[in-house]
Amino acid sequence: MKPTFYRSHVLICTGTGCKSSGASQIEAVLAKELEKHNLQDEIKVVETGCHGFCEKGPIMIVYPEGVFYCRVKPDDVGQIVEEHLLKGRIVDRLLYQELHTEASIPTYREIDFYKKQHRIVLANCGRIDPESIEEYIAVGGYEACGKALTEMTPEEVIAEVKSAGLRGRGGAGFPTGLKWELTRKTPSDKKYIICNADEGDPGAFMDRSLLEGDPHRIIEGMIIGAYAIGADEGYIYVRAEYPLAIHRLQIALNQARKYGLLGEDIFGSGFNFDLHIKKGAGAFVCGEETALMASIEGKRGMPRPKPPFPSVSGLWGKPTNINNVETFGNVPYIIKNGAEAFRSVGTEKSAGTKVFALTGKINNTGLVEVPMGMTLREVIYDIGGGVTGGKALKAVQIGGPSGGCIPAELLDIPIDYESLNEVGAMMGSGGMVVMDETTCMVDVARYFLQFTQSESCGKCTPCREGTKRMLEILDRICSGEGQPGDLELLEELGNHIKDTSLCQLGGSAPNPVLSTLRYFRDEYEAHINDKRCPANVCAGMGAPYVIDELTCIGCSLCARFCPMDAISGDKKKPHKIDPEQCIACGVCAGKCPVHAISQAS
Amino acid sequence: MKSLEELRRLRETLQQDMLARNGDGNPRIIVGMGTCGIAAGAREVMQAIMQQVRERNITVTISQTGCIGMCEKEPLMDVQLPGKGRITYGHVTPKDVESIIVQHVINGQIVEDLVVARLEEGEGQ
Ligand SMILES: Cc1cc2nc3c(=O)[nH]c(=O)nc-3n(C[C@H](O)[C@H](O)[C@H](O)COP(=O)(O)O)c2cc1C
Repeated sequence: MKPTFYRSHVLICTGTGCKSSGASQIEAVLAKELEKHNLQDEIKVVETGCHGFCEKGPIMIVYPEGVFYCRVKPDDVGQIVEEHLLKGRIVDRLLYQELHTEASIPTYREIDFYKKQHRIVLANCGRIDPESIEEYIAVGGYEACGKALTEMTPEEVIAEVKSAGLRGRGGAGFPTGLKWELTRKTPSDKKYIICNADEGDPGAFMDRSLLEGDPHRIIEGMIIGAYAIGADEGYIYVRAEYPLAIHRLQIALNQARKYGLLGEDIFGSGFNFDLHIKKGAGAFVCGEETALMASIEGKRGMPRPKPPFPSVSGLWGKPTNINNVETFGNVPYIIKNGAEAFRSVGTEKSAGTKVFALTGKINNTGLVEVPMGMTLREVIYDIGGGVTGGKALKAVQIGGPSGGCIPAELLDIPIDYESLNEVGAMMGSGGMVVMDETTCMVDVARYFLQFTQSESCGKCTPCREGTKRMLEILDRICSGEGQPGDLELLEELGNHIKDTSLCQLGGSAPNPVLSTLRYFRDEYEAHINDKRCPANVCAGMGAPYVIDELTCIGCSLCARFCPMDAISGDKKKPHKIDPEQCIACGVCAGKCPVHAISQAS
Repeated sequence: MKSLEELRRLRETLQQDMLARNGDGNPRIIVGMGTCGIAAGAREVMQAIMQQVRERNITVTISQTGCIGMCEKEPLMDVQLPGKGRITYGHVTPKDVESIIVQHVINGQIVEDLVVARLEEGEGQ
């Protein structure tokens, strides 16, 4: 047998983010270098899931010290092996540098990005090899499942999850224990449990990272859920665009079967359960639970009216419980550590933590897990390191295409289900997009509506037709053809679509528009009344640009960048813009070194 | 998996695998790996330590340190038990490793003949 003790473990993040920045190549060089120094029997290389700090990838962590190397390039590997792994000398230049002080931080525990996080669901992500069930078991995995199946009744499991106050992490925040109880109480000879890993929100990668980094945790959560509701069969619905997640899940399922953690008579309890993976084609609407079940049944993925709820009539008409990936990821922790421990983190009504995908104009792009109740400001400034380029923050978009934009003035609201709803956003699945002063809020609203409009399945009229009309109005406004009354019309339409759509796709699609109308109405008004985009994003707005002849130095920079070739003039002489050809894109004004160009009023 | 007991037994054996990542609070062995140490045979000492730890299945954290200025006493090997001072052994040969591990790391008895320096707990680091 191969020796099991290694004095040092080198963890390489092989999440999708780090893989795309070159982790595989690094691993190959590392293997060669270790052999060169005859260290291959002393040092173990472990592929892990996402560490979260994708901004700094590829990431390498060296234990026992926990030294955190970032943006590692293949050429750096030789030095890490020779200096650190052989001689014990940390390679300073590859350490993380604190954003504002530029001090080098050796171990990841001391990095601000990690210090304020509270990792329950992501505890193993980046710490264990997701392709090894042995590592998962070694850190305490499947203990909760064993406890539930052999020492607790299904009712006790449900009671524990209820008293933990766990709410669904897939968007709506429905109490998980209650959902399980409803499914348990429906009499039936057959029940199903489903994990929703469709994750359709643009920019979101929480569920993918969790499946890639700790697939056994999700399987364990599902076994416990299945036992609680009395299901013997389950599905994990993952979009086909997540090949690595599917690959690792497949490995994990096979390992769990081999160890008898899936199959018959699990833990000698008499309980039988097995799981299938169903690959989805990646339609946003298939994340909606009834559409998702139709898709598993081989039908077109379209929602149907509720009731009946899945807990009564779900997959193939049988009682079915469906939860999000992250929801299941919390379950083993609750069963193992008790409801009390879980509730000690977070707020009264929103217990535990939430994982967010931090993106947009933020320094530390990545995956973070924070206690509920933390303020947006703490997440964005203390963990996220603030806005890139020191620009001013304008808004935070939370909840993806169903969510809303929260303006900078409200940055001190706590992150919990109720507070976010109050300000017109929603928890959603955890996308958090930071926007700075150069972002046009009308354009942002249009972007999200474009997404939902094209993803509308077309089954119900309000969503199919209504979002189209709203989008037409927004297109108009963004190209300088907005009319008085447009904003009122948007609001009226938006509220009707929300009230009358069949599912929450339409039920939430107007949110990005309504929330920006609420907080950034002046920007809409500037587009309509002044034909001006205050952030200078919407091209083709309003009057042509003109060059001030007295200021112009004749450098011809503007002429070179004009997409219409509308600018002419001799070198060192004042230039001129042909108003007939100018499309008012504003590129010239941005390039002029002496600020001689402005829009004609 | 036929019982929770079985899982727990399995976990015991698997934990050895994860030692390097959960090292806080373990006895520590530190080997001087400066150029001087390596020239004096520190690599062979390290390999002997690895072999001992594997054979005896003990729980330790192994790390290296650079030159600490006692080049003439290399190879140097330090042992620090939890809550105890750090003992430095000098001129360690692969043969000495076994006695240091058995007597000091496992049984808590310092191998006095080989000691070249001592640091009280909390001192230095
Ligand atoms: C258009 C639409 C898309 C959705 N996409 C997802 C998704 O990608 N993942 C998810 O977990 N829930 C999604 N949901 C919510 C699900 O319908 C369902 O509420 C959720 O999976 C329940 O799990 P939870 O209680 O654990 O949150 C979506 C809902 C709608 C209306």
